[in-house]
Amino acid sequence: MSGHDHDDGHSELGEMDLRVRALETVLTEKGYIDPAALGVLIDTYETRIGPRNGARVVARAWVDPDFRDWLLRDATAAIASLGYSGRQGEHIVAVANSPTRHNMVVCTLCSCYPWPVLGLPPTWYKSAPYRSRAVRDPRGVLADFGVTLPDSTEIRVWDSTAEVRYLVLPERPAGTEDLNLTELAELVTRDSMIGTGLPRAPERPA
Amino acid sequence: MTYVSHADLGGQLGHGRVVPEPESVRFHAPWESRTLAVTLATGGTGLWNIDMTRAARETLPNYTALTYYEIWFAGLVKLVIEHGLAAADEIAAGRKLRPAREVPRVLHADNVPAVLARGAPTERSVGFPARFSIGERVRTRSEAAPHHTRLPGYLRGKVGIIERVHGPHVFADTNAQGLGERPQWLYNVVFDEREVWEGDAPAQRFKVSIDAWEPYLTPA
Repeated sequence: MSGHDHDDGHSELGEMDLRVRALETVLTEKGYIDPAALGVLIDTYETRIGPRNGARVVARAWVDPDFRDWLLRDATAAIASLGYSGRQGEHIVAVANSPTRHNMVVCTLCSCYPWPVLGLPPTWYKSAPYRSRAVRDPRGVLADFGVTLPDSTEIRVWDSTAEVRYLVLPERPAGTEDLNLTELAELVTRDSMIGTGLPRAPERPA
Repeated sequence: MTYVSHADLGGQLGHGRVVPEPESVRFHAPWESRTLAVTLATGGTGLWNIDMTRAARETLPNYTALTYYEIWFAGLVKLVIEHGLAAADEIAAGRKLRPAREVPRVLHADNVPAVLARGAPTERSVGFPARFSIGERVRTRSEAAPHHTRLPGYLRGKVGIIERVHGPHVFADTNAQGLGERPQWLYNVVFDEREVWEGDAPAQRFKVSIDAWEPYLTPA
């Protein structure tokens, strides 16, 4: 995975295109897969299931203390109440950041990730540098993302080794009292829900 | 027979820095999204489970040289051949050379939303109580498993504290081998950095946890 650069590998991309198409054709001809299903699957993960889902969950938890309690007690149910559920999010646990505690999620063994709320994982999440270092040098990893936390903040790394998926509930930024749900969700970055980033600060009113 | 996973990366040195990626990026080439879709659709036949998929991928001898979706593709080809869906010559030729085998089901387009929304929950009921409770000290298994397992190498033989009891879940180790779900109690176990790295890493005030099935653990 690392040390494998595709930027100048157009011929290689072409080869993978052909190999995937060949496999797809055989499986279709033999009646194991429905070609129309492939389009629906791709469209789902390109346009419908992505990190904006999780951002809406976080924004809701920021404004609604009852929802926040529910999310921290039974994230799967609380998240399902907003319409997000299913594959790779069958059992979700939400973990809250605080001034003394920062949570960060990794899957050192493969690429486990809460799909219904965050979509498919970014390349770095699936790659050797993150998977190897997150459990040994989390502050170094955070530095790669431009994040520095006070020494007094304890870091908790969640290695997703079973079918439980973790969602980080970041702290609500200061100065956001007047923002509505949509505006709050725009501050919630994908990386802040993995724990490798922090939410954006609100733009100062003009 | 030895079982070697090339995917157990936790704590390995020398992989370099992490390169962030904009949130808008989904796939880097059309074949990547096709690979995702063909993998999910073929898995929809019900011939194998997710633990078998992980085992197929992590044992690819060239795992570390492949990109993520190349791993998915190679893992799928392996499963397709192993389960008699198609032979290597058919995959190379890109056409059917022999009759199809029967499959339990086919994932049709109109079923996709419902199947994705349902997912595949792994929590089960069992007729025996959890052996450990919150706050208990446990030690992880120190031996390497001769099969697919979800106890990472960097946490073998380490002492941690039970922090959550998730309930009984399908046991990945047996499920991957086709030996059945054999549900076991699953725990979140947390370890202090000093226990894990014993001073062989920069001290930085952190703890790490895994989800561990009961057979991985003994009282400590």
